[in-house]
Amino acid sequence: MSVAGAPAPPLRVRGLVKRYGALTAVDSIDVTVEGGDVYGFLGPNGAGKTTTLRMMLGLIRPDSGRVELFGRDPLREGARALAGVAGFVEAPQFYPYLNARRNLELLAAYDGGDARERIDSALEAVELTARAGDRVGGYSHGMRQRLGIAAALLRHPRLLLLDEPATGLDPAGMRDMRDLIRGLAREGITVVLSSHLLVEVEDLCNRVAIVRRGRVIYEGSLDGLRDGDGAAEYLLRSSDVDAAASVCSRSPGIAGIERAGSALTIHAVERDIGALSLALAAEGIAITELVCRRVTLEDVFLRMTEGSDGEAAI
Amino acid sequence: MPSVLTVYRWELRKLLAQKRTYLGLAVVVLIPLAFVIALTLRRGGPNDVAFGRYVHQSGLAIPLVILIFAANFILPLVTALVAGDIVANEDHNGTLKTILTRSLQRGQIFTGKLLAAVTYALVALLLMCTVATVAGTIASGFHPIVSLSGTRVSAASALGLVYLSFAVYFVPTLAIVAIGLLLSAATRNSAAAVVGTVMFVLLLNLFDIVPGLESLAPYVLPHQYDAWMGFLRSPIDWTPIVRAIWVSALFAIPSAAAGYLVFIRRDVAGG
Repeated sequence: MSVAGAPAPPLRVRGLVKRYGALTAVDSIDVTVEGGDVYGFLGPNGAGKTTTLRMMLGLIRPDSGRVELFGRDPLREGARALAGVAGFVEAPQFYPYLNARRNLELLAAYDGGDARERIDSALEAVELTARAGDRVGGYSHGMRQRLGIAAALLRHPRLLLLDEPATGLDPAGMRDMRDLIRGLAREGITVVLSSHLLVEVEDLCNRVAIVRRGRVIYEGSLDGLRDGDGAAEYLLRSSDVDAAASVCSRSPGIAGIERAGSALTIHAVERDIGALSLALAAEGIAITELVCRRVTLEDVFLRMTEGSDGEAAI
Repeated sequence: MPSVLTVYRWELRKLLAQKRTYLGLAVVVLIPLAFVIALTLRRGGPNDVAFGRYVHQSGLAIPLVILIFAANFILPLVTALVAGDIVANEDHNGTLKTILTRSLQRGQIFTGKLLAAVTYALVALLLMCTVATVAGTIASGFHPIVSLSGTRVSAASALGLVYLSFAVYFVPTLAIVAIGLLLSAATRNSAAAVVGTVMFVLLLNLFDIVPGLESLAPYVLPHQYDAWMGFLRSPIDWTPIVRAIWVSALFAIPSAAAGYLVFIRRDVAGG
């Protein structure tokens, strides 16, 4: 359902909930993916990414909330809502007793239109042309992942949903998969990529949602995540460590104050560090060393997803 | 645009590519062949079965004897082998999610599968009927048979009646297909659905032996298997044939509808 004039975004998820008995696998997830995004759905295994993706594709019914793909609800409209949408959840699966080309012919027939004409170019894009006559039952995991991409390309998608596309691939396979996704994004396809690997998301995505225990605990750009309050850690040595600690605790924006021998570690953004240095000088405390230890995205990610409480860790 | 026909065609192609399909078809070919070979080796016949004592006089009695023999267990099993597998197999291979994220509605996929399972059951019956008729005719000749009313039926008419009899047996088979498909969609397990279907139709025989239920026995599925015998009386007895149609519908329609609802509403997780 689009606002008058503005086209509906490729993907909009509101208040999505899925429970399995006492376990809430997906807990009120809100996500909006805009056209042209390469959107990372990042979280540790078991965070609820795949369940969310299944609901996005209409494979399972949410207990509440809704999904819109270009403004259409897969729960209400079924396959019609998937027009322009393709992808896979978990490992892509095919009929093991049919060869790759035959599998794609079946899927192209189920797509209708001119999908069949794209089989050759899709096989070529994932470099499976030479093996297209082999039964999929004998395919390696990596080949099946690539065939999954080929199957998605038949639909000429405007939105591609990929669940852990590089999982189980060797390093070269991972690199090829990333190149492939980058190429597809360049062609203007909006990509939603679920992954538990930060490096993969960092490499490909312009926006992320970090998921933990079924909840989105951060949504935005990766740079925003890195530069968020308290994201940088500083080491401070001064002429009087106790007095410095007292000044720090009174200064706005200075957090995570910890004493490490004769030094202090603090968390702050650059702006507040400037103010802190002036405040220390005003108190007659000399700074002998002030080092910024930039926190890697990985540190932030691990802190967010492994901490006892995700929200407080940001 | 893709349609039920698209699914139907591909379901048939998939059946042709699977060993299971040929297992069932091998059974319906081998049973009449084994029976005819046994007949040519010794003089006797199954005298306690309708048409059993004519198997040496006319090859056309042989498909009818085979039908009586296979009706209760073999043919329901062959039917269930595909009907019980046709959805569960996709669960097992994880391919349900693959086909449900294309441009076909779930209802179209279910209907295509139902039609394919019906086609398979029909092919199995036709194959058994034809192999039994041809092998029987080679062994005992193309001769008139004696109807259940004691009248003589010419060989040409008997041939028509043989196929008509298998066609009447096909009516309760449709119910078995529907039950198999329901269990296939609901259990997501091929073996459970195949065995469950066969067990269910076998358990319906309990109506014959449980005191107090005997009066209902004519209205359960197994009693419809020999409705075709109505055609082999003179004049034709339509009562069992008409009953086979409505009783089978009573089993088939709710099963198919329930299978449809389960399939269009169920979560596709795993795989």
